[in-house]
Parts: sequence; C-alpha cells; structure tokens
Amino acid sequence: MEARATDQAIANADHEVIKIEARGVDVYYGEAHAIKGVDIDIAEKTVTSFIGPSGCGKSTFLRAINRMNDTIDSCRVTGTIKLDGEDIYDRRVDPVQLRARVGMVFQKPNPFPKSIFDNVSYGPKIHGMVRGKDEMDELVQDSLRRAGLWDEVKDRLAQPGTGLSGGQQQRLCIARAIATKPEVLLMDEPCSALDPIATAIIEELIDELRENFTICIVTHSMQQAARVSQKTAFFHLGKLIEEGATEEIFTNPRDKKTQDYITGRIG
Amino acid sequence: MPTPTNEHIVSSYEDELIQLAASIAEMGGAVETAISSSVDALLKVDHTAARELLAADAKIDDMQRAIDETVVSMIARRQPMASDLRMIIASIHVANDLERVGDMAKTICRRTLQLDGSRLSPKFYNGLRHMTDLTLRQLKEALDVYAARDPEGAIAVCEADAEIDALYVSLFRELLTYMMEDPRNITQCTNLLLAGKSLERAGDHATNIAEASYYLQTGKNLAVLLEQKHKS
Repeated sequence: MEARATDQAIANADHEVIKIEARGVDVYYGEAHAIKGVDIDIAEKTVTSFIGPSGCGKSTFLRAINRMNDTIDSCRVTGTIKLDGEDIYDRRVDPVQLRARVGMVFQKPNPFPKSIFDNVSYGPKIHGMVRGKDEMDELVQDSLRRAGLWDEVKDRLAQPGTGLSGGQQQRLCIARAIATKPEVLLMDEPCSALDPIATAIIEELIDELRENFTICIVTHSMQQAARVSQKTAFFHLGKLIEEGATEEIFTNPRDKKTQDYITGRIG
Repeated sequence: MPTPTNEHIVSSYEDELIQLAASIAEMGGAVETAISSSVDALLKVDHTAARELLAADAKIDDMQRAIDETVVSMIARRQPMASDLRMIIASIHVANDLERVGDMAKTICRRTLQLDGSRLSPKFYNGLRHMTDLTLRQLKEALDVYAARDPEGAIAVCEADAEIDALYVSLFRELLTYMMEDPRNITQCTNLLLAGKSLERAGDHATNIAEASYYLQTGKNLAVLLEQKHKS
C-alpha cells in the first residue's frame, strides 16, 4: 500500500519538475509522417511508459529524445524538444554530448564484443569523464552495482560481456548506459527478450534507478507499464492520444481509443 | 490494423465477460425470488415453506462461490484493464451484496419459525408488505442499472433508499403501538419488526449494487460523490 500511495503522490504532485518538454513534435521518414504534433511534459525522476500498438510511433518518439533519429538519413524532426529548458535540436547542441546525458537501452541486449569491464568503461573513457585507473575502477564498480550485476560478475570482469546470460547482458547494457552518468534513461522494450525472472530483476532495477534518473520506457506489456511507471502515455497512429497517471490510465482512461487498446479491443 | 470494434480481439475473453454478467443477473433473480417468497411465508406463517427456503439459500451461496472462482480465474489469465477490470471488481462486490440479501431472506424465514401457527392480523403486516414491495423494486432497479451500466439510474436508486429507511421508522412506531395496546401482540410484532429490519438492510445492499454500477461505468465512487453533494 505504501509503495502505491507513494506512486500516487508522485503522479499527483503539483510541484513536479519537468525534465523534458516536447511541443508540436513531428517526425517524418521521407514522406511518411510517423509522429504528429506530440506535446508532452516528462517529469524528472519519474518512470514514464510509452504504450501503443506496433507502428504507433512510440519508439520513434523515444528515439527523438536523444536524437537517435539523426542517424537515419531520410528522417526529419520538427517542433521542439527541450531538456532542462534547452532545445536539444539546437544547432549548438552536440548529439554525442546529448547522448551522454540521455542514455539508451535497447530491446535486444547488445554488449560490445569486449570484456565486461570495457563495456562499462568505454563511455566514460571516450567522454573523458575519469582520471586514472582507480577512478575508472570505482566508476565501473559503482555502475555495475547500480545495475544489480556486480555480485554476479565481480570475479570475471575480464571475460567477454557476450558470455553472460540474456538478463545479465541487459543489466550490463544498463550499467554501460548509466556509467556516463546520464540524467535521462531511455529504454526501448528492455525486457522483451528476457524470461520472467530476468524481467522482474530489470523491473526492480528500474524502480531503484528512478531515484536518480528520469526514465522513459517503451513497452508492449501493459502489465509492465502498470508495474513500473508512474506516468503513462498512449500513442496511436503517430498521435499522442492520452497521457497521465498510470493508475488512472489503466483503471479509468479518458479516451475511448486508450480504453479499447488496453482492454485488447484494438491491436 | 484490425478495425476497432467494441469486442475483444480474444473472443473467449468476451464470452467470459458476457457469461459473468449473465451469472450476476441469474443470481439477482434468485435473490429477488428468495426475498419475495420468504416474506410470503412469513405473512402466511408457513413453516414448511420457510424451512424449504432456508435450505434453498445454499444455492445462492453456490452461485456466489462460482462467480468468485470465475473472477479469480479471469484476473489470473486475462489481467483485465480499465472497464474490464472495473466490471470484474464490480461483479465481486455485487455477488457479495446479493449473497448478503440472500442471508436477509434466510433471517426472515427464521422469524417465521419463531411464530406459532396462528394467523397474523393483516393490520400488523400491511406496512411490512409495502416495505417488501419497495425493497424488491429497489433490488430490481439496482440490478437493471447494473446490467444497463446506467450511472444516472444508479444515483436514483441510491437516493430512493431514504424511502425504505423512512418506512422502516414508521413501521417501528406502528408495531410499537400494537405492542403497547396489548402485550399479547409482542411476539408477532417483534418478529415482524425484525423482518422489517432485514428488508431495510436488503435495501442498503441494493444501494451498494447501484454504487458498484456507477463505479463500473465511471470509475468513480458514488457514495463519496453523494456525501459531498449533501454536504454542499
């Protein structure tokens, strides 16, 4: 009850700090209009789920938040997305620096073909975040601890990351993402390739990470959205149909489309 | 993408929800009959009928158990959301209230068995008969409102409960007068008064069913809303 009350308090808090503010966001892939006029405020240190049927634009919108779409030639983004009040699509913003602030975890665990240690140390190294071996050792250990993986890998840090189980690999990717000390963590279906136990561990982790990070998660599992997030946004055919407190969305949504989707009436 | 419809993509889920609503309607019918038959047995002082009705309550209990089992299984297998979740939660509440109304019918039968074979004077039970009609009307309306998912109707049912409460107070006064007139009336009048109390409580359960119907349709708590309305 206490945890639920806390979630509700967070969802209802009037004084919540807005971390990401999107206004009139449109995304095009060539001629295809993938995202249509999305306005949304994403609260700091809160988990926000993006749900909706396949092709609704939720992953595209997620990728727009750290300019991952820049890597696709035909992709064009209009409107504004502000991180702490600064437009991330401003010319002066370096996408590489942006991605250090807005980390990402993908659907399939994708560790580098390197050691467990190197997987985590790579980001801080290229961003010049640490000085000396001791500091790096500390950062790697801290990141692996926060990702709930330290105890399982501390004796084999030199072994390849690809040798871990699927759930461990995904936690390694989370450790890698948080090693650069991002402020926002984007997760694109992070549990879809995992078994229920590994999923539960990741969900527990998301709950712990919320203390320090703003998290946006795309998920196809409504139960997962209901379990891990305090806010939920429902996308349909490129539009943001409804967003609000997770509890409200899953018990009493305002929009009929949301209702039809979450009850399994539209696919 | 499939065309949006009002039906579930999984048709067996849709069938289960329809079946659940049908089970509630069936249980509602059984409970209405139990109340009306138990009052008939009381007014006729028919011990045989009262005993049969007492035994028949087990069927109503079985219906509630079956609804509970269906609901537990649906929650486990379907993980219901939004209106489906509310319908399933409302079904548990309504089945519980109906089972309690069944118990009220049983209490009325027990009152019948407390009376000896002599006939009741109609002047004693006219008030009780009127109260029975009102209670049955409330139950029927509550079940109709539930089936039709009619939030306006639910408010009307809740507000009409005051009529039953007022009738019970006047029944109390009336029967008290008969008892004061002649102490030989005490046994009959006390048992009729206790039966009246059971009907009054059955009316409260009808209100609960209306509240569940309101929640089912709107996701909001009607008791809280009405309380706020009366305060303002």
